[in-house]
Amino acid sequence: MRNLKMKSEFKVIANLLPDNTRVLDVGCGDGSLMSLLRKDKNIEVRGLELNQNNVQQCIHKGLPVIQGDAETELHQFPNQSFDYVILSQTLQAFYDPNKVMRELLRIGKSVIVSIPNFGFWKVRINLLFFGKMPVTKTLPNTWYNTPNLHMCTIKDLFNYCEEKKIKIKKVIGINNDKTSLIKNSNLEIKNLFSEIGIFLIG
Amino acid sequence: MPSLAGLFFWMNIKLENIRKLEVSKPLKLDCGKTINNFPLAYETYGKLNADKNNAILVFHALTGDQYVTGTNPITNKEGWWVTAVGPGKAIDTNKYFVICANVIGGCMGSLGPRNINPETNQPYGLNFPVITIRDMVRAQETLLENLGIKKLLCATGGSMGGMQLLQFCSTFPDKTFSAIPIACSASHSAQNIALNELARQSIMADPVWDNGKYFLKNVQPKNGLAVARMVGHISYLSEKGMQEKFGRKLQEKADYEFSFNADFQVESYLRHQGYAFVERFDANSILYITRAMDYFDLSKQFKGGLVEAFKNQRTKFLVISFSSDWLYTTKDNKDIVIALNASGADVSYSEIVTDKGHDSFLLDEPDFLKTLKGFIDSMYEKFKNEK
Repeated sequence: MRNLKMKSEFKVIANLLPDNTRVLDVGCGDGSLMSLLRKDKNIEVRGLELNQNNVQQCIHKGLPVIQGDAETELHQFPNQSFDYVILSQTLQAFYDPNKVMRELLRIGKSVIVSIPNFGFWKVRINLLFFGKMPVTKTLPNTWYNTPNLHMCTIKDLFNYCEEKKIKIKKVIGINNDKTSLIKNSNLEIKNLFSEIGIFLIG
Repeated sequence: MPSLAGLFFWMNIKLENIRKLEVSKPLKLDCGKTINNFPLAYETYGKLNADKNNAILVFHALTGDQYVTGTNPITNKEGWWVTAVGPGKAIDTNKYFVICANVIGGCMGSLGPRNINPETNQPYGLNFPVITIRDMVRAQETLLENLGIKKLLCATGGSMGGMQLLQFCSTFPDKTFSAIPIACSASHSAQNIALNELARQSIMADPVWDNGKYFLKNVQPKNGLAVARMVGHISYLSEKGMQEKFGRKLQEKADYEFSFNADFQVESYLRHQGYAFVERFDANSILYITRAMDYFDLSKQFKGGLVEAFKNQRTKFLVISFSSDWLYTTKDNKDIVIALNASGADVSYSEIVTDKGHDSFLLDEPDFLKTLKGFIDSMYEKFKNEK
């Protein structure tokens, strides 16, 4: 699910993280973000990744990675054992995103979650005017082969955090490499114009 | 096949040529006894560089020995890990200095039940002290001192080799920069112990065994030892792998013979493996080494369990398991990862998907070998820069 939008998203995530911290990247892919964090910010990184080929690539880069499924295997990490836990654009692909979210908040002192925003205007137009499930840069799959089971909007995740009494520390929207701060006051408009939402919570 | 008396004669002559370290420092064993002035047989491959930062220690498994790669000079067969170790291989001997020692209790030159007991001037047999995995590891640590290696680049081993490695990292936390335990467990399960007991009972049920005193007649309880080896071979393969390799295929015949000869290929395979083994391995050594494996329970050595065993680890770990291994399962290996994680250690983990069972670590499994190579090479870069 990591795609072309990654580069700007990684930059935003890296900027949210202080130097010399301990970070777990859940669904770390080929380790691109971990490499960046280790090199630029001297962050002690760990990754969890399901795909064998990606695991091999991380190991070749000397990045510590554990092969496993975040849906079922987050229990192995002790409480509050990381300063930050990152979940990049995978929350919507879990069977039980609520359970995964609770696990992330248990493991990390803070959590960074990013989502492809289903409230983005192009997505809305796809559904509203063409009557079709949206296929966009951030949502490249068709309805029958998408791994995304629980699509949500920036507003949905915002409300979720408030409902579950999860502290929202910062929300950033990305649209065409431009980033902007999302607050209660501009939520409606940013929910329409952001392709990706990045939440710092916990 | 040569007669067994002739075989022993032949082996003894060859054993003289094995590279050995005479360990003079007394070693207090877990059973309470002390051994001193004992031989530790070992072999090395590649060259130790000037900075002494390219050394890799390999721990061998139950029936392995120090001859990791190339030709084993005793059996004239290929080394047991020739798939992974050698020039240009995953553990590249053009680049790295590879060391492997025969475990104490073994029969390839290190002190074992076949050695002469100075008190009786006869082979120890069952008078040999019962040893543990920790005893094996402590003995091998003296070798590093002797070779002038302060810190290894990496230590690795599969199966019982992996158990030795976990013990090594726990007992000597500063002796290796990185570690790769493969297809192993931090404690022997009931099923592991049961299979080892089956192997021991087959040896002991052979009348030739004679309470371990067969050496007096210069014979070997080959029937019992062969059955013990067959048990092992079944446990090293997966159900699916065995079915694919042998199925119900008959051994060079068109139909059943209506006899108890080896009609099936799988029978023929087991008999061949069993009887080939008696030519290179001492029956009493199997008893002692399997006992050491059964006693292994790393968490028992620490009050806080396995997490405590890995406390303050600076070693970087890569744990590898094989999906179809039912002897040392993915769960056994994941338990090690969980403990390492809980202790805050730097740990990577990969489960290699294969049908080839426990044996996979000895076979040409591309994903496994790629992972092994990637990790060691990246660790070498880090270790060099650390200095």
